[in-house]
Order: sequence, then C-alpha cells, then structure tokens
Amino acid sequence: MDFEYSDEQRLLSETLRKFLNTGYSFDARDKIMKTAAGYSDDVWAALAEMGILGVPFAAEHGGFGGTTVDMMVVMEALGEALVVEPYLATVGLGGQLVARGGSEAQHTRILPALIAGKLKMAFAQTERGSRYDLRQVSLRAKKAGDGWALDGEKCTVLHGGAADLLVVSARTSGGDSDERGISLVLVERTAPGVKVSEYRTLDNQRVADITFTNVQVGRDALIGAEGAGHALIEEVVDYATALVSAEAVGAIKYAHDATLDYLKTRRQFGVPIGTFQALQHRMVDILISYEQAKSIACLACVKVDTAAAAERRRVVSAAKIKIADACRHVSQEAVQLHGGMGMTEELKISHTFRRLTTIAQLFGDADHHLERFAQS
Amino acid sequence: MDLNYSPEETAFRDEVRGWIRANLPDALRDKVLNYRELSKDDLLSWHRTLAKKGWVAPFWPKEWGGTDWTVVQRYIFEEECEAAGCPPVVAFGVRMCAPVLLRFGTDAQKQRFLPRIYNGDDFWVQGYSEPGSGSDLASLKTRAVREGDHYVVTGQKIWTTLGHYGDWIFCLVRTNANTEKRQDGISFLLIDMKTPGITVRPIVLMDQGHEVNEVFFDEVKVPAEHLVHEQDKGWTVAKYLLGYERMGTGRIAFSKRELARVKDMAGKAMKNGRPLLDDPRFRDRLSRVEVELMALEITNMRFLDQLRGGRAPGAEVSLLKIKGTEIQQAITELAMQAAGPLAQAFRPVNGDEGFDRLTASLFPRYCNLRKATIYAGSNEIQRNIIAKATLGL
Repeated sequence: MDFEYSDEQRLLSETLRKFLNTGYSFDARDKIMKTAAGYSDDVWAALAEMGILGVPFAAEHGGFGGTTVDMMVVMEALGEALVVEPYLATVGLGGQLVARGGSEAQHTRILPALIAGKLKMAFAQTERGSRYDLRQVSLRAKKAGDGWALDGEKCTVLHGGAADLLVVSARTSGGDSDERGISLVLVERTAPGVKVSEYRTLDNQRVADITFTNVQVGRDALIGAEGAGHALIEEVVDYATALVSAEAVGAIKYAHDATLDYLKTRRQFGVPIGTFQALQHRMVDILISYEQAKSIACLACVKVDTAAAAERRRVVSAAKIKIADACRHVSQEAVQLHGGMGMTEELKISHTFRRLTTIAQLFGDADHHLERFAQS
Repeated sequence: MDLNYSPEETAFRDEVRGWIRANLPDALRDKVLNYRELSKDDLLSWHRTLAKKGWVAPFWPKEWGGTDWTVVQRYIFEEECEAAGCPPVVAFGVRMCAPVLLRFGTDAQKQRFLPRIYNGDDFWVQGYSEPGSGSDLASLKTRAVREGDHYVVTGQKIWTTLGHYGDWIFCLVRTNANTEKRQDGISFLLIDMKTPGITVRPIVLMDQGHEVNEVFFDEVKVPAEHLVHEQDKGWTVAKYLLGYERMGTGRIAFSKRELARVKDMAGKAMKNGRPLLDDPRFRDRLSRVEVELMALEITNMRFLDQLRGGRAPGAEVSLLKIKGTEIQQAITELAMQAAGPLAQAFRPVNGDEGFDRLTASLFPRYCNLRKATIYAGSNEIQRNIIAKATLGL
C-alpha cells in the first residue's frame, strides 16, 4: 500500500492547476458558459496541448496510459475550478467505451483524434423511464442491409450537443429491461435522422435529448459483440462514477476553503463569525466530510483498475453513497455558512453548490447505490 | 497510490494470523468475543505473550523493543488481532506512559520503567480527570507539595479506567497555584499505587459494570525522582500525551470485526419471513455505517502515513476519534436493534441454563459505548481542537 501521489502525479496536478488558475478564473468561466456552445474551443485545445485529454489512453494512440489515480488528479483539479468543458463525456465515457470495447480500426480512427482535441464524444444511454438502471434500453437497432437502423430516444445525454461522435446503447434483441441484447453503436451526431435538443443545466453544463429516426449506420459502427454491451457499459459507468467522485472531492475542497475563508473575514457583532463555536463545529464537520470523501474516492479510483467486477461494483457503490452524502452535506453547509451571499449567482460557492448537487445524483443517487451495495 | 496489499504485506498478514492462531488461548478469545469482563490476569497474560514474541509495542523505537513496522504493517497487525478476538493491549502503559518517558523521561526513568511496561510487569493507569476538571483539564486541583526529596500529593482523581487493577498511576498534579496561566504550575508525576494514603473506590456505570474508579490521595509521599520533565511544566507533557491517547480511540479494526458480527446477527434474525439484513430500512442504515468505516480505514492510514518520521500526532487524530467513536456507537445501536425484543434480558434470576449471554450483552454494550464520545476529550472538545489547530479559527 502507498497513500501518496507519485512525483509524476504531483507534476500533472501542478501543470493543470497552473493553467486553470491563470486561464480558468471564475470570470473566465462565466464568459465561457454564456457562449453559444457553452464551452471553449481554446480551453479544449489547451487541454489537448497539455496532454490532459490523453491521460487514460494507451501510448500507441498518443495517450499516456495513465491509471485511474492519474485521472483522479485531473478530476480533482477540474472539480475545484468547476470546468464546464465536456471532459468527462469525452474522455471518461465515450472514449472509454471505444478504448475498452472497440476494434483496432475504431481505436485508430477515433482515439488519436480525440486525444488531439479534434473529436468530442458523448454516451447516449439514459432514457426517459430508465432512471439509473443500465439494463433499461428500449431504443432499437434493427438489421438494415449490411448495417443497422436506429429508432428511439435518449435523454439528458451529457454534452450530447457538443459531441461529434455518439456512442448509443441500443437494443438489438430481448425485452426492454433484459441484460442481454444491448449493443453499443457509434453514430455521428450530424448523421441523417439524428435530432438533438440541447439544454443548459443549472450547474452550467449542457445535456441533450436526442431522437433517432431510422438512423443508418454501417456494420463497423458496432463496439464489441452484438447484444453483449451491458458488461462494458457497467464497467465504464463505474469508471466514470469513480471519476465524478474525484471531481466532487475537488469541488468539496473549494467549498471547504471558501467557507473557511469567509468565516475568518466576515464580521458580525464586532468579531469574525468564525469565532462562534456553533459555526466552528459545523466547519469541522465540513472538513471531516472532505477527508472521508477523499478517502473513499481514492479507494474507488484504485479499485476500478485492480478489482474483479464484484468487488469493483461494491466499492464504487460504497464510494458513490459517501460522495453523494458528502456532496449534500458540504454544499448545503457551505451556503448556510455564507449566509445570504451564498445564495447569489455572483459567488462561486453557489455554482459549487449546484455542481455538487448534480454530482450527488449523477450515475445514481445514494439510494440507488445503497441498493446496489446491499446486493453486492 | 496503491491501496492493495503488496505480496510482502500479504505474507506478513499470514504470518501474524498464523501466530495468533497458535498462541491465543480459546478461553481468552471466547471471553473477548462474548464481551465478558477481562480480569487483570487476562489482560496481562496476553500482554506478556505478545511481549515474548516482541510484538507488544510495535511503534516504540527499535532500541526499546519496537518492530520498525510500516504504518500498513501496524494496521494489519491490529486488524488481525481484533479479527481473531485478542484481548486489547491496555493503552495506559504502552501507548501513553511510554511515549511520554521516551520523549521527556530521564535515562534512569527510561531504564527503570520502559522494560517493565514492555514486559507487562506493572499495570499502568491514568490520573487526569478530577470531579471539577473534565474538559477543562487545566483547572485541576490535586496538589503536590515539594518536601525535601519527596512530593506530598493530596486530592482526588475520577474516571480512572481500570484503576482497581493499577500498580502505577501517572498523574497531573498542581505544584504551583499562583501562576498567571492555569496551564503553568502543573506537573507530571509517576505514583506507585501501593504507597500509603491512596484509596481506590469503584464507580458503577449504567451497564452495571465496574470499569472506572475514583482515586483519592491523602498526603501520599512520592519520591521527587518520579517527576517527569520539569516541575510546573507538566502541561507540555499532558498535551503530548493526549495526542497518543486519542490515536488509539478510532479503533477501526475493532469496528470492522463488530460490523461483521452485526451483519451475521442480522442475517440470522428474521423479519416478515426473511433475514433482517435484507430489510431495506435496516440495511440502508447498516450500509451507511459500513461505508463510513471503509472511508475511515483509508483516512486513518493516510493520516498515520503522514506521521512517519516521528512527529507527534496532532489534530488529525481528533478527526479519527470523532468518526471512529461515532461508528462504534452506531454499531452497538444496530446490534441491539438486530436482537429486537430479545435484547431485553440482562441477567438470569433462576439459574443460567439456556441463557443467551451474547444477546444479553448487547444492551449493556450499547450503554457502555456512550462513553466513547465523552472520554479522551469529548467529541466537542475534539472539534474545538480541529477548529483551532487545523482550521485556524
């Protein structure tokens, strides 16, 4: 066992943080999220330039072959800065499905372009009635000529509007909630029959509802074997859950630091409010939540790389339970201790509150993972 | 970062496990696992077994018998001991008095006391709290007056855990009542409990057990050579020691074993024709405790890892104490709940044939563990410490 980041990981963290501190201030972020696209091409190019887009991918495609702990370093920094670019959707979801399940040809076609910042991806999985159940897939892909035709709807696809290339979970056989019969299909966002309705989220990211009407794709659009997509979906969603856990740790760190600073500077009754014991103890509980969240995120990031599926499920769900609870606890307390100012759009703390609230429910809320944890 | 055991660590775990299996008497293990009271002999016999093996004080410097284990090895050792049902190594000598002597003691004090602590020749206890000095420890009044080559000690200590087993007691006493700051004028004394003038009286707690005591000092003569560090500078020693005291209070390996037992109990108890463990209401509360403990296990090692190089434990152990004790209490609550109505029977009135001693111990244990958030600095005091030391509030 070893509990420290390596020198390389520290360097990665410093490089990324240096960039975010100068190039991704709260004001800069504000301008970015108000643009039509909702993200910055310049920032995306810079992330590519620094190698951040290639961290988890194999060296042969231009990546660094990094571990999930390397990715933890990245996600913590992105979480602290509340980065709105489609990193998780591209690198953590779409790119992972290709890297882990794709053919040589798909790797060569997609990963170098992704790593170079020329291709963004998204994973179209959730449907209106599916909640967090990864087996619930009713969008159909039917054999059509040499390839497939897709019909159905996906909703709240993370950064679906920004993506050049979608990975769509589609039912090729079986009933709507069968584990078997789910296939993964690559679809160009601009393909005929794809209709994208994009939404801003309250935490200033983007999601999209996507309708597929007789969308034709070739045989080579399939990732992995026909009907056998579920295990890969679960693996990648667990991976992404570990990543958002790390992102939450970064955002919680910001909430902790900002709240502590506020307690030391805000004066009432002639003294800093941090001199009041009622507030001190609540601040200590924020610190405890941060340390516990960090520990469980470490565990999840280590285990998604090293554990067999059963243990991976157990640990990732454990992590998400703790992370969801910590997201709620810290975000609510941070706003409360900031008083009226915490409510305002003007302060980063309210944006952090919204991001943490979203992460608490992303890839399953605490209740969902309590159920999964109990079954594992 | 790697949170998996290396092959060396796995081999070490197997070695410890094998040794315990070969050396822990069944009778002693059964007493521990059934929450029976452990006698002084029970505690010391296991202490001596570990001492003979060289494993009783892993974290001491090597020259005094330490093992040079890594933080992970120490945790593995602790976990194996708890899982197997070993009696605890009582903290007062090995974990509390000894670090103080190693840091502040004279060579003569080290030579005299450390080997005896190591070998379990003396049972040490702690004389800190007084009736008027709980959280506000620096207000203590037990006084020690220097007369020639002795101190004469008069006063009262309270909540003295296992004081009735004690051979020696380390005490905070007031040697100067006229200082500007109350923290000045306190001294740290080692006192032989066989000295005339000492009376130990039991305090029975709500679990009906005898664990803590009052200790009265009536003009007790203590040789001046048993002063540790300088006269009137005992607060420095006290603060140093408190960090070590708290270090043992997280009890993560212990909680892991207890949580596994609750799961076992809840797997056997039935509700609506299926195991209580499958009842979502019970299971969700159990799972949240389990997850908190999984996180604390990592937090614990992350923090201990930062203490490598011999820095005294500071505010980080306060965090471990707060979370660790909350978890211990939550587990006793779940255990009692798992037993349901059966948790009521406490002691048989007409002979104990067929009496389920284990189930009967769950309610008193729930009561007993309320102490955990109170002792070694209440959890509110721990929050004050973190607010000041870590957060700078």
